[in-house]
Amino acid sequence: MTNGDPSVVVRDLVKRFGDFVAVDHISLEAQRGEIFGFLGPNGAGKSTTIRMLCGLLHPTSGHATVAGIDVAREPEKVRQQIGYMSQKFSLYNDLRVIENLRFFGGMYKVSSSALPERIRWALDMAGLTDRESAITGTLATGWKQRLALGCAVLHRPPILFLDEPTSGVDPISRRQFWELIHRMAGEGVTVFVTTHYMDEAEYCNRLVLIYRGQIVASGSPTELKQRAMKGELLLVECEPLGPALETLKSAPGVMDAAVFGDALHLVVPEASEAVHTLNSYLSERGIRVKKIETIRPSLEDVFVSLTTTHAQSAPDRRPQ
Amino acid sequence: MNWRRLAAMAHKELIQIFRDPRSLLVVVAMPILLMFAYGYGISFDIKHVPICVLDRDASQQSQDLLKHFQASEYFRVVKVANNYRELNAAIDAGRCQLAVVIPWDFSRKLAAGGKVEVQAIVDASDNNTANVSMSYSEAVIRGYSQQVQLEWLQRHGLAGASTASAPIRVDARTWFNENLESSAGIVPGVVVMVMAVVGTFLTSLTIAREWERGTMEQLISTPVTSMEVMLGKLAPYFVIGMLDTTLCAVLGVLWFDVPFRGRWSVFFLSSTLFLIVVLSLGYFFSVVGKSQMAANQMAMLATFLPTFLLSGFIFPIDQMPVPVQVISWVLPARYFMTIIRSVFLKGTSLAQLQTNLLALGVFAALLALLATRAFHKRLD
Repeated sequence: MTNGDPSVVVRDLVKRFGDFVAVDHISLEAQRGEIFGFLGPNGAGKSTTIRMLCGLLHPTSGHATVAGIDVAREPEKVRQQIGYMSQKFSLYNDLRVIENLRFFGGMYKVSSSALPERIRWALDMAGLTDRESAITGTLATGWKQRLALGCAVLHRPPILFLDEPTSGVDPISRRQFWELIHRMAGEGVTVFVTTHYMDEAEYCNRLVLIYRGQIVASGSPTELKQRAMKGELLLVECEPLGPALETLKSAPGVMDAAVFGDALHLVVPEASEAVHTLNSYLSERGIRVKKIETIRPSLEDVFVSLTTTHAQSAPDRRPQ
Repeated sequence: MNWRRLAAMAHKELIQIFRDPRSLLVVVAMPILLMFAYGYGISFDIKHVPICVLDRDASQQSQDLLKHFQASEYFRVVKVANNYRELNAAIDAGRCQLAVVIPWDFSRKLAAGGKVEVQAIVDASDNNTANVSMSYSEAVIRGYSQQVQLEWLQRHGLAGASTASAPIRVDARTWFNENLESSAGIVPGVVVMVMAVVGTFLTSLTIAREWERGTMEQLISTPVTSMEVMLGKLAPYFVIGMLDTTLCAVLGVLWFDVPFRGRWSVFFLSSTLFLIVVLSLGYFFSVVGKSQMAANQMAMLATFLPTFLLSGFIFPIDQMPVPVQVISWVLPARYFMTIIRSVFLKGTSLAQLQTNLLALGVFAALLALLATRAFHKRLD
């Protein structure tokens, strides 16, 4: 469904607001049909990066081409090649569904002959076929987000930028939304998506982990899990949790310890060996162990592991 | 410039105006409201001043004089007092603004051919009305005394004297507003006020609303140019502004009986220029203000007050202190006010208005340029 060059190439992109460095020398490359995930906590610089790639913010330094066009030099040309969904819902709440679609169809110069078909397609995709005359503000969040996606792709852009498209959306709608994203990627659209939901990151072909404006890791979800975790992961259920965490942090052979829900996750060099030593180590210190087992790391573990090592090695970028 | 994007922009804006009760109220109700509020509310004409009379003579002559007061459209006799106490009470209560007291020896002195004095007591708490009603009452009495003199001369066989009695008379003719009614000056001025207020008020919301509601980010991510945004947003307001202007002019002519002596072409040409001025200004404030509240207040401050005070709407510019006059030169409304009044009342030709039109055109060009430069499709 695409036309034009779907690639995105970013070299040493920097954005400063005053003396706060929001994006700190980011470089990346995305290919046609890739779902490219930006993962990171709030304020890590995900939205700022996407906004620069859409030409909404001017980079302080560095270089970015989107669809083969220099973003800083020709932002208007880039805009015809991309679809963008901002973090906050930003269609017109006082317009009807169909009026929003017609408006954005007009903004993207979709030809009048093609527009009715594109609008029908968007309505069908968003599941809004029988609600086209509803006032947009009255729709539930999940529907709004799919309508926003529909508006952003009316002109069949080869590249799509989605900034936290599923925040505040219920789990079923989130799943439906990701199915849509996959369908579009299957048709050759390059999709850039930011999220702080770790489970969503698993849907991406390629991930970039951003922390404090810098890329701390990148690769496919599987690659990241294998490469980033030096050692193996243990789940420990015990009581009391607080003292156990304190004790384990200084226990021999434990590389990292963190609370996950009502249990602890430990990183150790070799799992089967550690299970025995830790069991007795904890019992000796009066901690009742309910369960210790080896688990496969989730992206959340990877993320915690990477950001803690990064935070220790890199100086704070916030002036204080 | 792409017509399709421009049309989509204008269409969207139009839908939003008609779906927003507040905007609709400003578009439809405000012009009519302002027209009637100013058309009726601002009047410098003093007519039917309520007066109280005390006739202590009760003769045929004294009644004759009071009939002159009654017959005048400037006075309305609301109270015939029987003594000074009643008269004082009527003035204190504000029931009348002027009291006329005829002395007990009025007819006797008249008959003797002597000088008679009539007392007038005026409530001067509103000094303007007091001054005017004093001079009106003097005029009434002067008229009566001329009549008495004439009768006296005729009775004494000097009939020919009537023509010679007043050798020199000032015969004043008022042009353009023959009846000296203030509504004739006010109503064309209201057209200017309505355009200034409606034009800037509505457009001051356009850009600020997009920022405030968060829709701007999506809008500027599309290939629409800032010129298309501006023209697309202003086009509906231009049409609405023109309709409102015409509505006010028609109301002025049909309802307030203000003459329309000029050409409609001059009217529409100058209105177009002035609309460009106010729409550009409102749009500029909307970009700079970023919030609807701030933009709105800027617009009101920059248009309503100066137009009301400095355009010559109410206070004549040539009677202002020189520094204030100089300030009024940079006020586009001043030139438009002159043009509109001339078009309504004088029917001045295009050629005679060219200086004012030129000034208005320069302002229109400058402000339109300012507006196009103001908006950037950037978040930073």
